[in-house]
Amino acid sequence: MVLALVEHEAGVPEDSSLEMLTLARGVAEETDEPLTAVVVGAEAAGVADDLGTYGVETVYVVDHERLDDYAPVAWATSVDQLAADLDPDAVVAPGSTRGHEVLAHVAARREQSMAANCIEVTTGEEYELTRQRWGGTLLEEARLGGDTKLLTAAAHEVSAEPADSPTEPAVESFDPSLDEEAFEVRVTRHEASDVEGVPLGEARVVVGGGRGVGGPDGYDQLEELADLLGGAVGASRAAVNEGWRPHDDQVGQTGAKISPKLYVACGISGAVQHMVGCKGAENILAINTDPEAAIIQKARWAVVGDLHEVVPELNESIRSAN
Amino acid sequence: MDTLACVKRVPDTGAKIVLTDDQRAIDTSNLGFTMSPHEECGLEEAVQIAQDTGGTATALTLGTAEADEQLRTALAMQADEAVLLETEEREWGPLDTATAIADYVRETDDEYDLLLFGTESADNGNYQVPIHVATQLGLPVVTAIKHIEVEDDTVVARREAGGGEEVYELETPAVVGVKEGLNEPRYPSMRSKMRARQQEVEQHHPEPGGRDRLEMVRLEAPEQDEGTAEILGEGPEATPRIVEILQEDLEVL
Ligand SMILES: Cc1cc2nc3c(=O)[nH]c(=O)nc-3n(C[C@H](O)[C@H](O)[C@H](O)COP(=O)(O)OP(=O)(O)OC[C@H]3O[C@@H](n4cnc5c(N)ncnc54)[C@H](O)[C@@H]3O)c2cc1C
Repeated sequence: MVLALVEHEAGVPEDSSLEMLTLARGVAEETDEPLTAVVVGAEAAGVADDLGTYGVETVYVVDHERLDDYAPVAWATSVDQLAADLDPDAVVAPGSTRGHEVLAHVAARREQSMAANCIEVTTGEEYELTRQRWGGTLLEEARLGGDTKLLTAAAHEVSAEPADSPTEPAVESFDPSLDEEAFEVRVTRHEASDVEGVPLGEARVVVGGGRGVGGPDGYDQLEELADLLGGAVGASRAAVNEGWRPHDDQVGQTGAKISPKLYVACGISGAVQHMVGCKGAENILAINTDPEAAIIQKARWAVVGDLHEVVPELNESIRSAN
Repeated sequence: MDTLACVKRVPDTGAKIVLTDDQRAIDTSNLGFTMSPHEECGLEEAVQIAQDTGGTATALTLGTAEADEQLRTALAMQADEAVLLETEEREWGPLDTATAIADYVRETDDEYDLLLFGTESADNGNYQVPIHVATQLGLPVVTAIKHIEVEDDTVVARREAGGGEEVYELETPAVVGVKEGLNEPRYPSMRSKMRARQQEVEQHHPEPGGRDRLEMVRLEAPEQDEGTAEILGEGPEATPRIVEILQEDLEVL
């Protein structure tokens, strides 16, 4: 059996969990074992239909009055106890903040290591897997041992594919035994973000500025372009390190991962650590003075030129076209 | 408050990563090394908290003798003390790494109120060392933190979640895994670099426990789908064509 931890928002599974289920189903099929899911929190039972589409045969709903709010150890203890009962071949979680955190706690409780951000798995006595390193800049072929393998699936690497034959999952409830200590660390409150405008991760258009922008004031033109296109402004790490933009704007390995319809990369060289943040963009338009810049290799369209000349002219044309 | 910031030495890659012939490491013959960016922020936070609360900041790294370089940087960034857990191999697995760090913390006479880590190292991305350390020491832990405030014996930690923030409150002693963006790490001055060269680095030689069952076989560069960009023009003359693309190909106008 393969046990998959599915994250959901009010009973609707997260995209990254559906992607993870596709990877987990592959593992289950290879071992000729059923795919089982575990969900935590209020409204968790609502995910059953969706999970059937992905070939899940049984959904365990963790039933506990205090688990509506996230508490990493309580979640991990629940998954660990369920896994102890079911004795699965592998426990798989999405490569999200919570997925990584919960599975790392399961690993720590079992004194074993987990493999984070896997994109391909071949089963066996030991698993042979391919996982992302350097935020996806490099891939690693690795071997993972242990009685129950623990792994997370890299987010947005495997596309979510419904199963050939959907199932009607059985829904079981699981009542973990949790002491007070399991809730020592928990979300004590949620706060709304004070960031204005379109969030980077959701923007349809992102206008990114790098070291080529030359200073904080240069971003006015990029802000204007983003406004005209109903988008958001992003930045390279070089620009953030210079203090021209806040870190929240950083796109890349140690920043945000974006997936807009269009990414306009202005004065950005296209270093691999930057590209892993914007490879989800459907189209890239590069504006760069250097025709040899790596970003031009990776873009769909490019303008060779000074962004301080191109962007204001473009803003003007868009304004008159509107 | 006494803080311990655990940092990692990683290759400072530029635009292109070249692998060694055996494909087991990044070819660093033309590269420098740096402190992994998440941990650099952890160290900066440790120094700020120590300074604000009248405590100490200790930097610790597990790695080969060369990792002394990153500890000198940490001292130049105003860490008070530095500890090297010296290993033969550059890369230990996450469980062995965490066990050696937990053993050091258990055995030292220094009592740390707050242990800071990167949530994941930039090169390896294992996402579990802080959690293994906390579990072995029986301490509360939270990861992916982008904001920390210390209020007496409580650490208030925030992380991004669904367009907003989740807030956690941990009683010290505690472990926190942080992400880049937590703060802006300082650039050490020439004087502090000079001073850091003279400072003592405490040395230990842990043995690997061999409990990690995650073993690297080979590294490879992912295939790049290199689109051949259509050059729209040089400078502002390209504008009409861009507007056309925005309107017709992309329909964003
Ligand atoms: C562990 C690690 C993690 C990292 N994480 C990230 C990350 O998350 N995000 C990230 O972005 N980087 C990251 N980096 C850094 C990355 O390697 C690059 O250094 C960085 O992306 C470079 O930023 P840049 O392209 O703005 O600057 P540069 O490389 O300096 O490029 C500037 C570009 O602007 C062009 N230019 C200059 N003037 C003009 C002008 N007037 N008009 C038009 N074009 C102009 C130049 O031709 C050049 O191509 C990371 C590095 C490491 C080691």
